[in-house]
Amino acid sequence: MINQLIFTLCFIGAILLFAKNARQLYRNINLGRALNRNDKPGERLKTMLLVAFGQKKMFKRITPAILHLFVYIGFCIINIEMIEIVIDGMFGTHRFLSFLGGFYDILIASFEWLALGVLVGCIIFLIRRNVIHLKRLNSAELANWPKTDANLILIVEILLMTAFLLMNAADQKLQLLGGSHYSPVGSFPISQYLVSILPHDPSSLVLIERTSWWFHILGVLAFLNYLPYSKHLHILLAFPNTYFSNLKPKGELTNMENVTNEVKAMLDPSFTPPLSEQPLRFGAKDVQDLTWKNLLDAYTCTECGRCTSSCPANITGKLLSPRKIMMDTRDRLEEVGKNIKANGTFVDDGKSLLDTYITREELWACTSCNACVEQCPVNINPLEIIVELRRYTVMEESQAPASINTMFGNIENNGAPWKYSQMDRANWTSQQ
Amino acid sequence: MEKELHVPTMAELTAKGETADILFWVGCAGSFDERAQKITRDICRILQHVGLKYAILGTEESCTGDPAKRAGNEFLFQMQAMMNIQVLDGYEVKKIVTACPHCFNTLKNEYPALGGNYELIHHTQLIQTLIDEGKLKPADGHDFQGKKITYHDPCYLGRANEVYEAPRKVLESLDAQLIELKRCKSNGLCCGAGGGQMFKEPEKGTKDINIERIEEVIDSQATVVASACPFCMTMLKDGVKIKDKEKEIEVLDIAEITVRANQI
Repeated sequence: MINQLIFTLCFIGAILLFAKNARQLYRNINLGRALNRNDKPGERLKTMLLVAFGQKKMFKRITPAILHLFVYIGFCIINIEMIEIVIDGMFGTHRFLSFLGGFYDILIASFEWLALGVLVGCIIFLIRRNVIHLKRLNSAELANWPKTDANLILIVEILLMTAFLLMNAADQKLQLLGGSHYSPVGSFPISQYLVSILPHDPSSLVLIERTSWWFHILGVLAFLNYLPYSKHLHILLAFPNTYFSNLKPKGELTNMENVTNEVKAMLDPSFTPPLSEQPLRFGAKDVQDLTWKNLLDAYTCTECGRCTSSCPANITGKLLSPRKIMMDTRDRLEEVGKNIKANGTFVDDGKSLLDTYITREELWACTSCNACVEQCPVNINPLEIIVELRRYTVMEESQAPASINTMFGNIENNGAPWKYSQMDRANWTSQQ
Repeated sequence: MEKELHVPTMAELTAKGETADILFWVGCAGSFDERAQKITRDICRILQHVGLKYAILGTEESCTGDPAKRAGNEFLFQMQAMMNIQVLDGYEVKKIVTACPHCFNTLKNEYPALGGNYELIHHTQLIQTLIDEGKLKPADGHDFQGKKITYHDPCYLGRANEVYEAPRKVLESLDAQLIELKRCKSNGLCCGAGGGQMFKEPEKGTKDINIERIEEVIDSQATVVASACPFCMTMLKDGVKIKDKEKEIEVLDIAEITVRANQI
């Protein structure tokens, strides 16, 4: 009885704590500018099903895609096992779902295979990061916490799966010994190989079974609350993030309505621009100037670095890394969130996304080629953030590089980015 | 190639009380860059050859504003866009063909929000349609038969607007050996000129992007690299020159290949 009470308290506590963290995340994301992404629900749902649920874009790289698929399916299916664990925990039953009979055997057997898949996947992932030192998983921006975070997630998943298999093995042995609580149910294609290494006396077996059970469920609850502090948050946010994807062609940059009004007023003095509630700042200096989707992107980023490893600027040794753009945005957003939490409202801390986190050298290295956008397995768009920051430096500060200013001047005066007269535009027609 | 080239302007046609079926948007590179001018003239030769009634804006054309927008100068972009829309709408333009993927993208995707709505066709798409309609056909014993040809996807045609097949269809019609680069189609590698980079020195790095791309072209062992963007053309050409491969590798636009293969 006391076990049931402790379990129920842990479970409710973990859920409440997660709800609190989730609310914080939601509030931070809402610090961004408004953006309507509620149109075309059918197309959005389809994108989500293909990209997040169906892992479509992962398969641009086959090896990690297959490994990730093991871990992903394992994660999804083992959640069903969680239903049984929670019911058993709250009501003191044992293997509650076993009334399903033959289907239960299939279920448990598939969990075991998937647990093995997750285990193997995570071990290979660890090797790729720490032994083979895959370039994209060992870049400068991953030093310190991001590296630890990644390894921690993999190790915890390995431990959770080991506990799951160990629990099943001890259960089998107890079933063979014929204890009343451990009636013979389930099919154990993987954990059967662990039975022989376990001790023979029932009390040790019960201890192993119970310890594994508690470790597994407490581990999962702790992991749930670790998510908001980790890149692992993508397991939840990948779904809304792909749902709210940009459905327009990749080449289309957003139109700035506030500029349109000013330009119209310039061209036609009788035009009165409508009053706008939008902030008057052009482009983005800090995270609050970005849209909520940019901020959701930042929280969804799992730091896989597929963007960076396909970025032509990064490939050729330039400072720009689209992954770092996303990580910087997330870090700054977290900082702004804490600032608001401590002060009630945002108090200027002398920092900003531009300059404190992202340098101008990074911004001006971008060719706007969309390789990063194409590669992202969860439809994150680093290019939008880069363009917004450029807009700020150009329109608010007039701080474009000199040669870019020359190009602007040429377009303005000659209608071409080069210094040729517009009157010479058709000269080629007479030169055969 | 001997045929006299007469390129009509919209103003000229209007003065005669005529209209054009399609506007050829030449773009800044196509108008001023010497190498790109050759491509521009070849497109005119194709249009003339198949008897399409087309016209250019001539001195009334201005920069679409693409490099300004991508460099963050939305004011300048919108000023350019609104002036261009006035000119285009003045001539009641409906359909536009262009050889520049940057102009293509901007006119197609970014002008509608400012009131400019046109049907956009990239010249590679037009050539593909003409091949499909049987209006263009490679001549017997043309230059490219059996040659190893590769195609470099311009970002603003490929990834940005998902035009991957049209230029390849043109090359497939050649009876040549089409080789794909290691990074192609949606995974294609940028030439290094987009996003305003064409007009500035590249940021500090270990290599220029066009060199990285040309090394891939060299690895493919192709003797012709086909391009469909005047900026890619400049970058690829410079790369070939720097690598001292001018004798081995020819950089040609899809339009130039078509003119040569069809012996127009």
